[in-house]
Amino acid sequence: MKELVVLSGKGGTGKTSITASFAHLAGASVIADCDVDAADLHLVLSPETLRRETFTSGGEAVIRTEDCIACGICKDKCRFHAVRKVRLKKHAYAYEIDPLACEGCSVCAALCPEDAIDFPERSCGEWMVSKTRFGTMVHARLAIGAENSGKLVTIVKNEARRIARQQQCCWILADGPPGIACPVIASISGASAALIVVEPTLSGIHDMERVLELTRHFGIPAFVCVNKWEIHPAMADEIEQNAGRAGARLVGRIRYDGSVTAAQIRGIPVTEYGGPASEDIRGVWGRVASHMEAVETPERIVV
Amino acid sequence: MRLAIASGKGGTGKTTVAVNLAACIPEPVMLLDCDVEEPNCHVFLSPEIDRTERCTLPYPVVDDSRCTRCGACSALCQYNAIVSLKTRTMVFPELCHGCGGCAEICPERAITEARREIGTISAGSGRGLSFGQGLLDVGQTMSPPLIRGVQRRAADEGTTILDCPPGTSCPVITAVRGSDYVVLVAESSPFGLNDLKLAVETMRLMGIPCGCVINRANPLERRVADYCRQERIPVLAEIPEDRKAAEAYARGLLLAEALPDFRERFENLYRRILEEISRREAAAGDQPAYGGETA
Amino acid sequence: MKICVSSRGDSLDSMVDPRFGRAAQFIIYDTETGSFEAVSNAQGINASQGAGIQAAETVSNLGATALITGHCGPQASRTLQAAGIAVYSGADGLTVGQALDKFKDGQLEAAGSSDVSGHWK
Repeated sequence: MKELVVLSGKGGTGKTSITASFAHLAGASVIADCDVDAADLHLVLSPETLRRETFTSGGEAVIRTEDCIACGICKDKCRFHAVRKVRLKKHAYAYEIDPLACEGCSVCAALCPEDAIDFPERSCGEWMVSKTRFGTMVHARLAIGAENSGKLVTIVKNEARRIARQQQCCWILADGPPGIACPVIASISGASAALIVVEPTLSGIHDMERVLELTRHFGIPAFVCVNKWEIHPAMADEIEQNAGRAGARLVGRIRYDGSVTAAQIRGIPVTEYGGPASEDIRGVWGRVASHMEAVETPERIVV
Repeated sequence: MRLAIASGKGGTGKTTVAVNLAACIPEPVMLLDCDVEEPNCHVFLSPEIDRTERCTLPYPVVDDSRCTRCGACSALCQYNAIVSLKTRTMVFPELCHGCGGCAEICPERAITEARREIGTISAGSGRGLSFGQGLLDVGQTMSPPLIRGVQRRAADEGTTILDCPPGTSCPVITAVRGSDYVVLVAESSPFGLNDLKLAVETMRLMGIPCGCVINRANPLERRVADYCRQERIPVLAEIPEDRKAAEAYARGLLLAEALPDFRERFENLYRRILEEISRREAAAGDQPAYGGETA
Repeated sequence: MKICVSSRGDSLDSMVDPRFGRAAQFIIYDTETGSFEAVSNAQGINASQGAGIQAAETVSNLGATALITGHCGPQASRTLQAAGIAVYSGADGLTVGQALDKFKDGQLEAAGSSDVSGHWK
């Protein structure tokens, strides 16, 4: 079983369109949408939900107004500016917690002299197992303002692995999140390889370097492909040189093509729609798949 | 005035709007790049940096001679950053969120705080603007404290523009908090509309007024404009899909300088934003926003 | 002495859970009485971070001085070491009962430091 994560460092590079196309080309695969903060993959894979689970993570503080004596200790000790004073009536005040700022540390609940602060489990979103034309898909929706600690990404990945083992599937294809922090780290953990999609821009080359540092740090082999390359051919060359020097394997270039958006509008992967980008994506997939199949990867342990 | 530039997803053109807007504003402007995982404003402004500081986060240090292994710190910590075993109390600094709870709760006053570095804040100027940026160290996992560090540089007077991280999770909330108005940059496509809806929901939850800039606008693709109209979100500008703009961006050029009509677009955008803000102020009187902060 | 085995279920016939931090349960076996109890690792499973640390704390508080598991990350390793708990890994694929028998026969290897790299959440 091979697990490929598609990353980009920054958003909007074409990662999701490419992952959807890979799902189309790979035959039997389990698809994991790890971009839980701004999931888009479902828009081109049209999943039918089979199962839905709530995701809870940590707790949040809630002040019982009726028991609050407005001493202000909670506001004093809160390091995240999550407590505010509100006026109830003419001379009556109380304190309340801003749930979007609350970091779930429980210090206020521990220090409240009136024991007026509850600390319930925080519901942070949900995750789903769905059926698509190309295989089972595991995806999620992180609630607004929730901490994206990587826990939800890990749940998505673990479920995808469990299903792939059960179905005896060869491929797990994961659409990765942008950035380089927790959710990305969680998405590459235990993966067989990462494909980094880069646009030929000055921003793109910087972002790629940071992602490559991350994949190197965690010992994940990296592939690099340049999307919309003709916008800046000289930059595309430079990206490939830098990537090669950083130990990544080059797997091709994809042309700037209106069919990518047209396919999105139709709600289908680019490779089903056709066009120059479609051809190029097929080429990239061919190279990635043959490199990965040639290398023996032991099944990574799920810890 | 604090203006945040945000979007539901990355790659919509937040940075493009932030840098070009900043470059076209006639008054003194400060631009703060709060996308600390992948800051890109510097690419287009090439600022001269005259100050850098390392941003630090606190973590607990246990005085073993005073620790009685009572376990109160361990029981309080929501992050497993401190654990009290029979033999010693251990700390995992990289998991610590810096809430200060363990030090507060320790009955023996055995816990003090040290600091560890998570990233760099740089400040300087370029093209007549003041500039600030945060850069998270690779391998670090928490961006909100660094974002707060960058925000502390915001100017008291004049206009501060904040280029925010993409998405709707807690780094974005941190970056947007305290802004007077949010400009949401969206792409007119199915993905773009999906992400814009999430961003609008976020701004409404935070009670901060917002308007939309449609980037890479296509006259045949009107779903985002239609949605904005339905939801009464002002469309502040539409920047058309333009290959030359894409090429200029790829080369790290300011659109307002590289292409003739773009300067006017961004000047108009600024005017529109000011109009929207005054219109809202006139309509709302001086009612406090959601939350009614009194002290 | 008390030996802890990370387990998928609550009996000696349950399979060893190869993960430590996110193990479903811990079986604590008392070598003197031959009895055992099954303890849920709900806290470790639910932790958004530091699951291994939490699990190590749980095991330490239960009085175990040895742990049999599949694999252990670096934070869990450090915590277990600090707690004075000897770790034996490589019990993947065995039932809890089989793992305990192998331990008694001295057939399990003591783990060095962690044998899998840690990862986030």
